[in-house]
Amino acid sequence: MSEPAIVVDGLSKRFRLYHDRNQTLKAAVMRGRRARYEEFWALRDVSLEIAEGATYGFIGTNGSGKSTLLKCLARILVPDEGKVLTRGKVSALLELGAGFHPELSGRENVYLNGSILGLSKRELDHRFDDIVAFAGLERFIDTPVKNYSSGMYVRLGFSVAINVDPDILLVDEVLAVGDEQFQRRCNERFADLRAQGTTIVIVSHSLGSVRSMCDEVAWIDQSRLRAIGPAGDLVDQYLAEVHEDRSAEEHATGSRFGSGEVRLERLEVLDREGRATDDVRTGEAVTFRLHYDAAEPIERPTFSVELHTIEGVLLTRPRASEAGLTPDHIKGRGTVDLVVDRLPLLPGTYDLSATVADESSLHVFDSRHRALRFDVEPGDPHESFGGVLTLQGRWQHELDVSSPLLDGC
Amino acid sequence: MTTVSEISRHRELFANLTLRELRGKYKRSVLGWGWSLLNPLAQMAVYSLVFGFFLQVDPPVGDPSGMHVFAFFLLCGLLPWTYLSNSLTSGMDALLANANLVKKVWFPRELLVGATVSAWGVSFLIELGVLSVLLLIAGNMVIPWLLPVAFIALVQTVFVLGLALALAVWSVYLRDLKYLVGIGLQIWFYATPIVYPVSVVEEALEDHPSLFKLYLANPMAQFADAYRDLLYSLRFPTLGNVLYLMACAGVSLLIGVTAFRRLDGRLAEEL
Repeated sequence: MSEPAIVVDGLSKRFRLYHDRNQTLKAAVMRGRRARYEEFWALRDVSLEIAEGATYGFIGTNGSGKSTLLKCLARILVPDEGKVLTRGKVSALLELGAGFHPELSGRENVYLNGSILGLSKRELDHRFDDIVAFAGLERFIDTPVKNYSSGMYVRLGFSVAINVDPDILLVDEVLAVGDEQFQRRCNERFADLRAQGTTIVIVSHSLGSVRSMCDEVAWIDQSRLRAIGPAGDLVDQYLAEVHEDRSAEEHATGSRFGSGEVRLERLEVLDREGRATDDVRTGEAVTFRLHYDAAEPIERPTFSVELHTIEGVLLTRPRASEAGLTPDHIKGRGTVDLVVDRLPLLPGTYDLSATVADESSLHVFDSRHRALRFDVEPGDPHESFGGVLTLQGRWQHELDVSSPLLDGC
Repeated sequence: MTTVSEISRHRELFANLTLRELRGKYKRSVLGWGWSLLNPLAQMAVYSLVFGFFLQVDPPVGDPSGMHVFAFFLLCGLLPWTYLSNSLTSGMDALLANANLVKKVWFPRELLVGATVSAWGVSFLIELGVLSVLLLIAGNMVIPWLLPVAFIALVQTVFVLGLALALAVWSVYLRDLKYLVGIGLQIWFYATPIVYPVSVVEEALEDHPSLFKLYLANPMAQFADAYRDLLYSLRFPTLGNVLYLMACAGVSLLIGVTAFRRLDGRLAEEL
């Protein structure tokens, strides 16, 4: 095996948490020193190796230290202990368009930003057209970037960064920029880079994309390296644990509003056997159950549920009345079920919301927004290349009999 | 030395950052670069009026040039001063102003400060050029003296860069250094023979020769002296003067680089 592209050896990083961040002379003189602070280890004794050409992911909860680790790899932060060795040109996609000067034109900024990322003038001349074409900004390239929309700004920044042709590319949660067309081009470009043998390190909360893009994953937990392993296995293990932690807490997430004549007491996800769970599999039978309690008789209520990704994208909002279910009247406790024969969601984390309203849907009795979080684990069909849902389709292939290819056979 | 090799590897970036400063400075102003000349001209007009006309400050007669014009005497000291004061004011702000860059991309951070100083250096050179033309018109044959002037300007740049580096990195840790430096610069301006000749101070401090020595130890006083020797009087500055300036520049750069090295590592966290 070739030498690793990145070696992290016993890396520790300490931050100072200032109690009152008062960086003035007066404060310094009064106290006889700079502000008081507490030390906090953001990373503790992390060691890992990343093979050349690998696509590597860092996963972990918020504040676990994975972004700090990435910044150490990018040399932006200097470790307090241990060391980081990188081989080859490193380009970091931490913030797109960092260092753009608003008054300068797109063209001038491409050259400026390119040289910040380590490209020479000659290389930039050579790639300029590609960069502009990739960002799709041919018409605006001589306009000052302050007149760009935020999408254009980010696209140009991304385009420069990804056309640097680094040996090592560090990416922090910036994959989701631009419209679908741009997204597609980015994914193609990532695939190109991987094919060229670029080492890619990704920090992401989108476990779906980590699972589909990465070969290997390091799980950072509370500043320490928890485990290293193949992406699929480790993401599953991680999901299992995060979900355990979550069940331990109250499901106190989400917001709630409504007049309260009917209350949605509890939302449940039931598995095939009818047991409450928050962990189901793709393709399994799943029931979403709403427990209600009507304090007074209510005529013809409307029930609906919503599913969101944890990023907040609304996936679906089925309503019972549209499917022909409108109870004539309700009083006291009861349940309403939405039964799904084959769950079309791909592995990931989703939020369930539910609403009960009057027949016109104008008067809301109770609405619980993103009240239940549940995980979907890999099942059948197994689709590991990202996305949120499966079409549950069948693939077919047929040869055209008249095809000239067959002539020689 | 790693810094030197790294900076030479990044010289294109350095050039681009300098260009960014230069282009960004007067973008969207009608006069554009004209401002960089109008500013010193306005200052010259005001100071000439107040000190040359109202207060009747008598400039020394250039020897051997024989020049005796307050405005020229003033400009030879004022332009280098403006270079210093602009470079320090914006150079010390270079890291804070580019915080988003420092926190997101790695490159030698010295470049940010260096680019600011060098952008002002370019302005300074243009101003010196215009001054030289004016001096020529006024009958001072400055052309043979331009090479030594360029050398002094280079020494001054090293001096300014050292101070700017130290101030830039300290001001990240101590934000109100900026205001302190603002006051310091005002005092320094009047402690330097720019709007008045040295002879005024010499007379006033006649009975305190050690105080006068201290007054002359001010590097900017020596710089002003050197520029005036070359451009106003058309003679070489003394060897002692030049050696002193080079020593000041060396010490300043040493302080700047040491301070920067020591505090560079935690910049991204402190910003």
